Amino acid sequence: MSWLSNALTSSIGRKIIMAVTGLFLCSFLVIHLIGNLQLFKNDGGQAFNVYSHFMGTNPVIRTIEWVLVAGFVFHIYESIMLTRRNKAARGPQGYVVNHNEQNSPWQSRNMGILGTIILIFLLIHLYNFFYRARFGDLDPDINNNDDLYTLVVSSFHQWWYVLLYVLAQIALAYHLIHGFKSAFQTLGLTHRKYTPFITYFGYAFSIIVCAGFAVMPLYFFFIK
Amino acid sequence: MAGSNPNAKPLNLTLKVWRQKNRNTNGQMVDYQVRDISQEMSFLEMLDVLNEDLLRKGEEPVAFDHDCREGICGSCNLFINGRAHGPEPGTTTCQLHMRKFNDGDTITIEPWRAEAFPVNKDLSVDRSAFDRIIQAGGYVSVNTGGVPDANEIPIPKSIADQAFDAATCIGCGACVAACKNASAMLFVSAKVSQLALLPQGQVERKQRVENMVAQMDKEGFGACTNIGSCAAECPVGISLENIAILNREFLAAKATSNNLA
Ligand code: HEM
Ligand code: SF4
Ligand code: FES
Repeated sequence: MSWLSNALTSSIGRKIIMAVTGLFLCSFLVIHLIGNLQLFKNDGGQAFNVYSHFMGTNPVIRTIEWVLVAGFVFHIYESIMLTRRNKAARGPQGYVVNHNEQNSPWQSRNMGILGTIILIFLLIHLYNFFYRARFGDLDPDINNNDDLYTLVVSSFHQWWYVLLYVLAQIALAYHLIHGFKSAFQTLGLTHRKYTPFITYFGYAFSIIVCAGFAVMPLYFFFIK
Repeated sequence: MAGSNPNAKPLNLTLKVWRQKNRNTNGQMVDYQVRDISQEMSFLEMLDVLNEDLLRKGEEPVAFDHDCREGICGSCNLFINGRAHGPEPGTTTCQLHMRKFNDGDTITIEPWRAEAFPVNKDLSVDRSAFDRIIQAGGYVSVNTGGVPDANEIPIPKSIADQAFDAATCIGCGACVAACKNASAMLFVSAKVSQLALLPQGQVERKQRVENMVAQMDKEGFGACTNIGSCAAECPVGISLENIAILNREFLAAKATSNNLA
């Protein structure tokens, strides 16, 4: 199988893994967003707690969770390998004057920085909600489900936490404004009939999904 | 138009030029003044004036690459004011004219930068990595015989146009120079898709893309992250569409070729 490992560690192979995992992570974002909309239900968090109990215990979800972990691990691993390769390719002597802002968008040149912001956010986010929901000892709500809702509400009453969320969602939006259409290009999925649609859809996707996530902390901080 | 006016005011300019003795030494930027530069001159002719000045003063002239001076050979690789071939879109350095600059301007001139394009001397870089990628692509084994009649091989016009657009790549390396990742994918993709689109290219189609990508990686070029600087700076307008074609060709070849390595 050396042909396969050679193919997947070539420059194009690594990009293809980035693209496949990146699009997979996009699908995760959609599910995560739709599920979290339960937070807006005015029922003292009961529906949200039912949902999070289901996500934490259902065997199918728990299995897919590992696929998600693998998606993140490969995406991040390949991003490190590609960034290292690309830094080395640029060579030690940079340009004294370089105006690449005149030939390309900022977010396209800074996917690694945007990804790192997302990663830092992700670790804090996982610790605060995922870790404490799965391994911590949350009080039960009136239905005897773990009361993750109360933890969410109290977290979103801290200004720095809200700020972190909003900044991370802005970073994610820029990551996806480049990344969504870029993934299709990487996979060779371009066509003059469909590429314009993919480009516009990617824009809308990035902004709607990230705005949806950003609204949650803002809603609890300012309104509830 | 300023360009058609022979009485346009000559320019006095400050040049910041990368000087480097050879591959093994470090270089640095050196300031020069050039005076009475006609706006009709090309950028390379302006450098010729600088070199004549330097020779008269007994100094070493600035080495830079050039050949055809008519925009077809791809030799004139200069990074001018932070842009490959300067700020004009769709131009090589030899086709860049001094009327695009103003009296009193300071112009920075650097060589292409990439690990795979080492600097020979001053502004002259070694782009033989591109030649080795082309060599890795190998030959086309169709029997060409004598000069074939036009339209003997039927090719739909849209395909012929697309292949011709890819074939206009002059191998200048501006794509690599401009790319944050020093990726050669636009160049390689132009070469791969040109032949993949045509009937003559079918016999070696799979091995060509596999070998060219392998050589590209071996030379130490970066991996494309679809930033698009390359296509924006390409003097002949090779489009990013070719990179998608390259990726498709590569995937298909890897999945179905008989090559087990
Ligand atoms: C929910 C989280 C994330 C999603 C949905 C996502 C999505 C994407 C997508 C769709 C691409 C485009 C792939 C391509 O062009 O072929 C991409 C590229 C990239 N991602 Fe992410 N990503 C996420 C998190 C991260 C993290 C945590 C990092 C780094 C630590 C990261 C680093 C990168 C880098 C460096 C690229 C550029 C590589 C390239 O364009 O070829 N991403 N991402
Ligand atoms: S693709 Fe364009 S920029 Fe790159 S080598 Fe060919 S002509 Fe030059
Ligand atoms: S010198 Fe030949 S393209 Fe400029």
